[in-house]
Amino acid sequence: MTLLKTAMITALMGATAITAAPAMAKDLRIALQSDADVLDPDQSRTFVGRIVYASLCDKLVDITPDLEIIPQLATAWETSADGMAITMQLREGVVFHDGTPFNAEAVAANIARSQTLDESRRKSELESITGTEVTGEYEIVLTLAAPDATLMAQLADRAGMMVSPTAAEAAGADFGLNPVCSGAFSFTERVAQDKIVLTKFADYWNADAISFDSVTFLPIPDTTVRLANLQSGDIDMIERLAATDLPQITGNADLTVDSAVSLGYQGITFNLANGERGDNPWGNDKRLRQALSHAIDREVINQVVFEGAFAAGNQSFPPTSPWYNTNFPVPARNVEKAKALLAEAGFPDGLDLEVQVPNTTVQLQLMQVVQAMASEAGIRITLASKEFATLLEDQTAGSYTASQIGWSGRVDPDGNNHPFVTTNGGINDSKYSNPAIDELLNDARIVSTTAERKAKYDEAMAIMLDELPRVFLYHEKWIWAFNNKLKGFVSYPDGMIRLENVTWEE
Amino acid sequence: MLAFFLRRVLIALPTIILISVFVFALQKLLPGDPLTVLAGEERDPEVLEFLREKYRLNDPIIVQYFTWAGNAVQGDLGISLRTNQPVTELMAQKLPVTIQLAVMSMLFALLIGIPAGILSAVKKGTVTDYVANIVALSGLSIPNFWLGIMLILLVSVKWQLLPASGYVPPGEDLWQSIRTMLMPAFVLGTALAATLMRHTRSAMLGVLSADYVRTARAKGLPERTVVLKHSFRNALTPIVTLTALLFGELVAGAVLTEQIFTIPGFGKLVVDAVFNRDYAVVQGIVLVTAVGFIVMNLIADMLYFVLNPRLRGA
Repeated sequence: MTLLKTAMITALMGATAITAAPAMAKDLRIALQSDADVLDPDQSRTFVGRIVYASLCDKLVDITPDLEIIPQLATAWETSADGMAITMQLREGVVFHDGTPFNAEAVAANIARSQTLDESRRKSELESITGTEVTGEYEIVLTLAAPDATLMAQLADRAGMMVSPTAAEAAGADFGLNPVCSGAFSFTERVAQDKIVLTKFADYWNADAISFDSVTFLPIPDTTVRLANLQSGDIDMIERLAATDLPQITGNADLTVDSAVSLGYQGITFNLANGERGDNPWGNDKRLRQALSHAIDREVINQVVFEGAFAAGNQSFPPTSPWYNTNFPVPARNVEKAKALLAEAGFPDGLDLEVQVPNTTVQLQLMQVVQAMASEAGIRITLASKEFATLLEDQTAGSYTASQIGWSGRVDPDGNNHPFVTTNGGINDSKYSNPAIDELLNDARIVSTTAERKAKYDEAMAIMLDELPRVFLYHEKWIWAFNNKLKGFVSYPDGMIRLENVTWEE
Repeated sequence: MLAFFLRRVLIALPTIILISVFVFALQKLLPGDPLTVLAGEERDPEVLEFLREKYRLNDPIIVQYFTWAGNAVQGDLGISLRTNQPVTELMAQKLPVTIQLAVMSMLFALLIGIPAGILSAVKKGTVTDYVANIVALSGLSIPNFWLGIMLILLVSVKWQLLPASGYVPPGEDLWQSIRTMLMPAFVLGTALAATLMRHTRSAMLGVLSADYVRTARAKGLPERTVVLKHSFRNALTPIVTLTALLFGELVAGAVLTEQIFTIPGFGKLVVDAVFNRDYAVVQGIVLVTAVGFIVMNLIADMLYFVLNPRLRGA
């Protein structure tokens, strides 16, 4: 009898506890533009993968919307006077989803994994680290080959994501099938091309800031369908709303839009010396590239192709970036100047230019607008539309004159420039080479104060804008649309969805 | 009869081998290096080389093919370059989805197509016939993606009756699963119904003018019996073949419909795999689909025996 009573009371209390739980406890459903690739921070490459990690895997450091580095799993860090070592203090009381404690040993194991796992895509991001020294349970020293001002920004992305050393050891390269990190949500299930389900991690160090029981990411590639799902209430939030769909949202009282200018750029990359095809007028004479740049009205591109929703741009950083060189604002169109430059270069009757372009609707529209503008200056553009993998292969192999391509952007200014324009840059498909640029961009990696770095980038930008191995056109904006009940979302220029302090109010 | 089927199965084997060779070769002819996509934006040469070795992309194509075929015979179809998941596991996830969609679409197609076909044959030359034909023609000519999007906007966004897209496994929530699949099945079903209706109509017209039908009518049998029992049964053979082949096509994946409704089935898997140059996945799906087609053909052959007693003696 007593037993029954106790059981009943317990059950009742249980029921009360459930009803007393926060009313907003909910499964948040987020639609992504595409399916993520392998869910291993050391192996993955896709943008949407990073959106999933923002809920799944904590990093050593994070960024603010203004790109400042702030603590996440590392609470403090200090660079030695000679810049050859960084001492980090780590957050105490953090555990991975499998219960493995997070400490300095775990950080050392993570850096070793990123640097040595055969499949790792993070090697170049962490190449300046020559060793790690565990100097306390929660203190680690990273020793560097040379001062590296870009390192903290790398640690604010996938290279700084901490995976459970126990799980990583056991799973090896198959870790991505069942990822174990220390983020706000733990991995539950994945059905390829259908959904990725994460469940709230009860022992998360910042659990109070998380108000969702679970979060489900659903890849819905078609923008119309993505929006329809949001409108019908099947989905709570979508990323990368098409600029052309904006009017539909602004007219809907149940939905909210937020946006942020991305860190990346879109533009035209020229072949300057990549194989035989680099030896052409466009690759040999910077005046022709300048002429093209002058012939384009970047604001019109933004208005015509993107309904004014994106940001016109002329540098590898958007005008809103702290690294933007304000001495070179987005230039107005100048057809006369373009014609004069063509004539000066020996082509008074104009010149042909073949540009390869990804075969997506938006990129084709973009290049058709550029084509029309350039023709008024006498530049006769022909478009070679290619499927993306083919375009990329041709670009790497030097089988192109000009290529319409973009870059998703990096937190540190180095990432938008060094790999593309330094002589030995890993993705310098132009084979552009200028000792002055090499020196400036290499130095900018070493000097430590932001002001000194900014001066280097300003100087490099002035040279790049004169020689134009890349002609920049615009910067995308990340556009999110979500149900009005979702409160507290903060947009970041890296396009991530951070769920801390985001709530659901019925 | 058994000998007949054994012969059919034996003939199928070289077909399957030829298909796998063909698809393998076609994929290698595609421009675009899978690794430029796979290595990430930075395309680190060290990573590229490692991956080339790992996935044996440095081997001669003949060696690559036989390595793949050798593993495939043992039931190992390799792993997806993109997600690291085994291809067999990926397909095991997708197959039930595609089959559910195929069965539901087929139900729509049969329920609409066959009655409409019979009706328009019986009422040949009347308004009913014309209306049925016009509806069938629109079913064929309205593009799936357009009809799909219109349905989503109307039924999901405006009326909020059905989920806009996605997939719910029947084991998780049967009712929700059927609801989610209703619109895509309808979209696919209407297009097939049109084909079925046209074939049913012409098969029925052929039969309805046959002597034995005239005899049946002369005997004073009710028209209902004449049409359904005497005529339809004999008109059924070509319809069964068609249904089996259409079903085989459905299992191969309804690419556009799956894209629009974001159904994680074979069609979506194969399209994404082609774009990502995920060779192993494409190979695996084509192989399984080819086998599926051949099985459907065999089933159709078997149904002939059931439907047409005259064949049983042969």
